[in-house]
Amino acid sequence: MSIAALTSAEPPKPPASGWSGKHLLGLEDLSREEIHFILDTAESFGEVSSRTRKKVPALQGRIVFNLFFENSTRTRTSFSLAAKRLSADVQDFSASVSSLSKGETFIDTAKNIEAMGADVLVVRHSSPGAPHLLARHVQCGIINAGDGAHEHPTQGLLDLLTIRKAKGRIEGLTVGLVGDISHSRVARSNIWGLTKLGAKVILCGPPTLVPRSLEGLGCEIAYSLDDILPRLDVVNVLRIQSERQQQGLFPSVAEYSRFYGMNQERVSKAPGDLLLLAPGPINRGVELTPEVADGPNSAILEQVKNGLAVRMAVLYLLGGKTDAKPAAD
Amino acid sequence: MRTIQIKGGRIIDPSQGVDEVADLWLGDDRVLGIGEAYAQGTADVVIDARGMIVSPGLIDVHVHLREPGNEEDETIATGAASALAGGVTTVACMPNTIPALDTQGAAEFVVLQAQRARKANVYPVGAVSKGRKGDELAELGQLVAGGAVAFTDDGAPVASASLMRRALLYSKMLDRVIMQHCQVPELTVGGVMNEGAESTRLGLGGMPAAAEDIMVARDIRLAEITGGRLHIQHISTARSVELVREGKKRGIDVTAEACPHHFTLTDERLRTFDSNFKMNPPLRTADDVAAVIEGLKDGTIELLATDHAPHAPEKKMRELDQAPFGIVGLETLIPITVHGLIEPGHLTWVDVIRMLTVAPAKLLGLVDKGTFRPGADADVTIIDTETPWTIDPEKFLSRSRNTPYGGWKVKGRAHVAIVAGEVRHSLGGIVHEAGEAATP
Repeated sequence: MSIAALTSAEPPKPPASGWSGKHLLGLEDLSREEIHFILDTAESFGEVSSRTRKKVPALQGRIVFNLFFENSTRTRTSFSLAAKRLSADVQDFSASVSSLSKGETFIDTAKNIEAMGADVLVVRHSSPGAPHLLARHVQCGIINAGDGAHEHPTQGLLDLLTIRKAKGRIEGLTVGLVGDISHSRVARSNIWGLTKLGAKVILCGPPTLVPRSLEGLGCEIAYSLDDILPRLDVVNVLRIQSERQQQGLFPSVAEYSRFYGMNQERVSKAPGDLLLLAPGPINRGVELTPEVADGPNSAILEQVKNGLAVRMAVLYLLGGKTDAKPAAD
Repeated sequence: MRTIQIKGGRIIDPSQGVDEVADLWLGDDRVLGIGEAYAQGTADVVIDARGMIVSPGLIDVHVHLREPGNEEDETIATGAASALAGGVTTVACMPNTIPALDTQGAAEFVVLQAQRARKANVYPVGAVSKGRKGDELAELGQLVAGGAVAFTDDGAPVASASLMRRALLYSKMLDRVIMQHCQVPELTVGGVMNEGAESTRLGLGGMPAAAEDIMVARDIRLAEITGGRLHIQHISTARSVELVREGKKRGIDVTAEACPHHFTLTDERLRTFDSNFKMNPPLRTADDVAAVIEGLKDGTIELLATDHAPHAPEKKMRELDQAPFGIVGLETLIPITVHGLIEPGHLTWVDVIRMLTVAPAKLLGLVDKGTFRPGADADVTIIDTETPWTIDPEKFLSRSRNTPYGGWKVKGRAHVAIVAGEVRHSLGGIVHEAGEAATP
């Protein structure tokens, strides 16, 4: 896809080969080729963001609805900005000020929004599978922007893009995911994406947060970060939610930080070109120290930039396909 | 005396060791007997059952009827009609209603509503504890006086070991069984499905098999020290089956039931995030399914039951972790049992009918049910074993539609159900009043 095509008056046609899906519900559903195709498309859109005029008419006349049933700043903003750069009309929906508080169901809410002409629904929900439920009840395209502890596919894609750009490849790399894997949608999308593209994935954290059953997803399990660091090309540091400590899944934040926090000493044990990712929001001093977060190995802000490009690519690829027919019962 | 002649069917009555092609005679609300010796001249009603199985009316010991309190899901009348459509002529209904069935009056209400409905027989199962709160014993003796045939806090386990011990002891004087939903509650908090590879994959809260195993082990030991009667409801794990097997070998009075969904479906079905696969206990792994089937084959598990758990569509159509647990089961009991147990050769029709007649009658102490012994209640199920059909939830008589089996192409269906000598369900074509042509 050329940038010239993207900036022309008519929306560009997707290449003949690529991604045939109507929704983006998770990376588990995508093939290796489809993932690479989305990443390739995102790289093209990344260039758009570096131009002076950061807008293309690709989705002019299309309506993107951000349906966020769970709090989010980063992801919602990123989707909104991505849609605007594609010239779509964007509407945010917040559950706390909606008819949900009057007892309306999730499905009815989405059907009403679809009836207003939405082409794409970007859905964030605390219940795993909620976007899948919607996909069975509405006609427009659904993008999963995080469903409980299940998947967060655009985060997975932006992590893949960041790794691919920094390392030039994904196949053959060893990637460590550190933290609360059990409750992490980011971890699951990373696991599917990385393993499909040929990386080795090591999951690391205390056994209460990293169950053995994760081996079934094709990953290695480790409880000692110090032991695995010399083997890692990439480490993705996941956020620890204080709720997990309240549930007694680990004794204290201090103890967690001592064993699993990324500090300069640990970075020095890893190969010099270790790439450090963190999906954010980051807890400075807990999962990683400030000097590491801001240090030369960190790609945290690159991830944010790539997130915008990935979301533009996904919105573009889905938004051009929908018929916007009324929802079937 | 008004008589019914059921002609030429394959009569299976495991209570008497009968499996033969013969005529069955009913007189008023009683069984007259099997064979020509019981012929009463010209019958008032002749039913042509050739090519079909004639069984004592099927009994389901585990059914939720939701009335009082959740009549939008089911009522005693609609649940009893659903039972008949599934060939079940007698159900025992669970006490997790609102309010709970924990008093004599509450039990009598169920009996009265069932009489008014005039569909399947309905027997209340009383709560073990007041309000099903797990603190104090309910008035078990008065519940029996009101018609209760057993006790359980189902929907939830009796979590307290001391209360369970007392219930097993106290119920001995009433000769009633304590049924238990075996689950350690602390281990299943936030659980939506079986804990394991699939819950990990889907990011859904898990309910470990050990939560069931530990409670089964505890309760078998309590039954041992008390000499009480323990019945394990909806057994679902391989280790639980083993524990029951061990308990029986040691002479402990323990029985167990299995539900069709636990021997036909695994937790992989949750990959669709469809709430029709959400039940409690949850769908387990293929190894657990195999163990349940093995338990049914070797007699460790003596009963089949549906755990019929209706929920109105607006409740079940919610996000998976917010939707209630449970599926309807009465109208799919026969075909799914055929699909899961008979067609693969795990069990014979005789085995299955034993598990749905004589075994549940014994469990609940229903001496005149589950048998064609002369003088027994004239409850009969006639099963068409051959005609293929497709399960269509929209045609259910249950008020709810929550089934994972919609669209399945199956065999095995209740063609006629007779309760107290009255034909109360019929798909038509084979029942002939006196004066009509008896054969097509």
